[in-house]
Amino acid sequence: MNKKILSLALATGMALSMGAAAFAEEAAEGKVLNIYCWNEEFKTRLTDHYPGYEVVDGTHGKIGDVDVVWNITPSDDNAYQNNLDETLLGQADAADDAKIDLFLVEADYALKYVDTDFTMPVADLGITEDELAQQYQYTKDIMTDSNGVLKGVSWQGCPGVLIYNREAAKEVLGSDDPDTVQEAVKDWDTFSATAAQMAEAGYKMTATVNDAYRVFSNNVSGQWVQDGKIVIDDNLMTWVDMSKAMVDAGQTTTAELWSDDWSKGFYPDGKVFCYFGPAWMINFSMAADVEGSIANLGGWGATVGPQGFFWGGTWIAAAAGTDNPTLVADIMRQLTTNEQIMTDIVKADSDFVNNKAAMEAAAEDDSYAFAVLGGQNPLAMFCAGAETIDLSNLSAYDQGCNEEFQAAMKNYFDGNADLDTALGQFYTAVEEKYPELTH
Amino acid sequence: MNEKKSHGMGIGARRALAYIVLILLTFLCLFWFYVLFINSTRSHAELTKGFTPIPSTFLLTNFQNVMKGTLPIVRGMLNSLLVSVSSAALCVYFSTMTAYAVHVYDFKGKAIISTFILAVMMIPTQVTVLGFLQLVRRIGLLDSPIPLIVPAIASPVTYFYMKQYMESALPLSLIEAARIDGSGEFRTFNSVVLPLMVPAIAVQAIFTFVSSWNNYFVPSLIIQTDTKKTLPILIAQLRSADFLKFDMGQVYVTIAFSIFPVIVVYLILSKYIVGGVSVGAVKG
Amino acid sequence: MGKKSSNQNVVRYNRWGYIFLIPFIAVYVVFQLVPLVTTIYNSFFENYRSGLTQVGPNFVGLANFVKIFQQGDILKYTGNTMIMWILGFVPQIIVSLVLGAWFSDPSLRLKGQRFFKTVIYLPNLIMASAFAMLFFTLFADSGPINSILMNIGLISKPYTFMSHIWSVRVLVAFMNFLMWFGNTTILLMAGMLGIDTSLFEAAQVDGATPTQIFFRITLPLLRPILIYVMITSLIGGLQMFDVPQILTNGSGDPVRSSMTLIMYLNKHLYSKNYGMGGALSVILFIITGILSLIVFKTTAQNKD
Repeated sequence: MNKKILSLALATGMALSMGAAAFAEEAAEGKVLNIYCWNEEFKTRLTDHYPGYEVVDGTHGKIGDVDVVWNITPSDDNAYQNNLDETLLGQADAADDAKIDLFLVEADYALKYVDTDFTMPVADLGITEDELAQQYQYTKDIMTDSNGVLKGVSWQGCPGVLIYNREAAKEVLGSDDPDTVQEAVKDWDTFSATAAQMAEAGYKMTATVNDAYRVFSNNVSGQWVQDGKIVIDDNLMTWVDMSKAMVDAGQTTTAELWSDDWSKGFYPDGKVFCYFGPAWMINFSMAADVEGSIANLGGWGATVGPQGFFWGGTWIAAAAGTDNPTLVADIMRQLTTNEQIMTDIVKADSDFVNNKAAMEAAAEDDSYAFAVLGGQNPLAMFCAGAETIDLSNLSAYDQGCNEEFQAAMKNYFDGNADLDTALGQFYTAVEEKYPELTH
Repeated sequence: MNEKKSHGMGIGARRALAYIVLILLTFLCLFWFYVLFINSTRSHAELTKGFTPIPSTFLLTNFQNVMKGTLPIVRGMLNSLLVSVSSAALCVYFSTMTAYAVHVYDFKGKAIISTFILAVMMIPTQVTVLGFLQLVRRIGLLDSPIPLIVPAIASPVTYFYMKQYMESALPLSLIEAARIDGSGEFRTFNSVVLPLMVPAIAVQAIFTFVSSWNNYFVPSLIIQTDTKKTLPILIAQLRSADFLKFDMGQVYVTIAFSIFPVIVVYLILSKYIVGGVSVGAVKG
Repeated sequence: MGKKSSNQNVVRYNRWGYIFLIPFIAVYVVFQLVPLVTTIYNSFFENYRSGLTQVGPNFVGLANFVKIFQQGDILKYTGNTMIMWILGFVPQIIVSLVLGAWFSDPSLRLKGQRFFKTVIYLPNLIMASAFAMLFFTLFADSGPINSILMNIGLISKPYTFMSHIWSVRVLVAFMNFLMWFGNTTILLMAGMLGIDTSLFEAAQVDGATPTQIFFRITLPLLRPILIYVMITSLIGGLQMFDVPQILTNGSGDPVRSSMTLIMYLNKHLYSKNYGMGGALSVILFIITGILSLIVFKTTAQNKD
């Protein structure tokens, strides 16, 4: 009964007014919006910033009369992708309300989805290039398939900088001024020389060799896989040589990123000179809310570092076959092109958003100074960095190759294997992951 | 004479040695849990400063942080309980039944079947897991607890144990007596045999429960949805942390949460568990 | 084994034997035998998923097996598995035998037996994954163990447990030992208590020492239960997965020296490579069979 009245009202609405057209069309679409992601980040953004989103419970929400269902699978051990793959492969046979409508991807494996028919071109959702003009080019490069079609968008940009310990800079380099520090880390040779100085003063240059890895892997001259063969870029071998020398000289360690051993440098006793990271790392990951941490004391500084790089970022993709294209398009528009909402995100969540105008304005504004950085406003550096990132050498195999390369080289750095053995282990591991590859 | 003396000396010395070894082993068994307890009461900042043997005051804070986080560990524990209890119940009941069939009855092919079960006892479940996964997918039970529970019905190892126990503890005359009293075979099994088997059933129920409770390999391949995951999968997810849940205090509390309830239940039941294990063991 | 003298009386009930076997056989066939057959079947095909694209299944004969042996890694992983199993099992069986003998020796009159038994059995109930995760955090470079060792002055700088081949292997073996020695002790002790005490008394009257009694009477009589313990432990050892997997985050590092056979299988399963996974399963199946046969044979020889 109720349903009949509702549909009658909708039909009337559709006939009567142009303004209601969008609403009616939306209602004619699916009643359930299925979102696949790996953590709470996007949910928080949508809850806080999307107009009309209501929270129902931890994994459910409502937008108008559409139920939003969150399918959150952590990315560890590939669990998120495995789950997503199964769902996408079953998409054609799924009932409308069970169809996946929107999912998130990270840069490392974006191409795996972008270069298939499982993702919908952004243009097909009605979003034009003009609307996306303020977004940083690299964020679009990542989501562009091999035919040049854009398949997804992001609300954030994640250019990174070198984050240094001001105390150590004063002690060893004589000043904690960003320009002085930049001079000491302007290229990798100088970086290595500074590392030796730091070691003499009892500081590790970086917490682990993997800190600098991303900077090297973002600046490669070719793709990981060329004609079905695995190719190790020269720049990565430079990283291997530099890292081995640094580990042997006790200037860094081989700990994993995010491990306890990695993060001990967030505290003065950890005695680590620098980290490489983007805005979100400075604000959320360096224990700023913990008393006694360097971040809490505002003891970090930021400078450009030897080379530009980016780290992280989450992209929104529409799943082909979605029964809620209008709503998906609107979510993309609101979160990634609406300057007002994006500025709100900067203010509320300290994200570096994917909007040149908003970020350049913020870079000029002292109220955006980071307390963690002792009052420095690093946004200008981030803006400059974001413009220079070139991701033409991304491939669908990046995630697996990067992970395995770091894991295999750890054995070389630790002295458990010579270089050839370590490289052999790398090839074996990658070929296990991607049986179609050879070397 | 001489030998007797050394024998007498031996007892005192051996007793002392026994106590020393036992205390050492006790230390080895308990030390880790002590460290775990201490560390789950400390904040991340305190943890980075190195170990101290005195507990701090952050236990509740850490726990609340975990509860606010994305890891559904309470659900995980319930899921684990469901899977383990059901598996243990099915496993012991049907293994006893199978052992009973082979022990009591004499039928054509019995020798073949008992040799067969003995032979397949050696096949690790992991060997067949690939086909198992494909099967589970084909019958649409992926991401469901059923494929983690039902296969427990056919457990060669438990069967073997039950059969051994029956050989020493289940006189066939008893069954004949029940038959003379007019009891049906199924009823005899349930009301005469099962009670007699209780010591063995208790042991194997515990073993099965524990192995199912600990099982990580197969569940991690079958369960995908976070809210259906068992505790071991959730624990493994701690190994590679996400930047949003990056706090060693929380890591320790999560481990503690998955360990200490079991320890408490165990300590309450230990009289029966340890006693049951010893009583039910295969008689030499 | 059981006597069959009275079996004639139950002949007419024998169809119940079949009925009682149905659940076991049915479940076994569906969930073990059919998967075993399909696993073997899979091993002859090229069948994997690359990204979201399915490749195969294409019949390739024995190519998967050839590939596994050409790479030669399988021997290494078999070796790793056996090394870590033996490192844990040898102390486990020795400690268990000794403790079992002590506990079951009435002349020792050990106090607090219940307490000790409760404690040593405790680690067995701990989820292996939680235990491994715990050890990973405890033995991290800046973890509590290093912190304690440095405080008492044993080492001056953190020992990188996870970066040394033998420290990782020993940690894995040690965890397996801790988890299983209590269980084994209680099983063996029960076996010892089941031995007719008059045998001990007779031996004592004959002037045998406790050591002699242990080796001449206890051990031989414990044979069946020792076989049971050994077989179950060997099967468990070959299946070793949770502890090294979580301790090394699936890498089996350093240099894959702690990668077990099942971890290797898991790698193929995770990348949905059913062909290679199937071939590996078949090899595992054969290895298990051979090892089990060896155990049976050697224990059978000892009997004489």
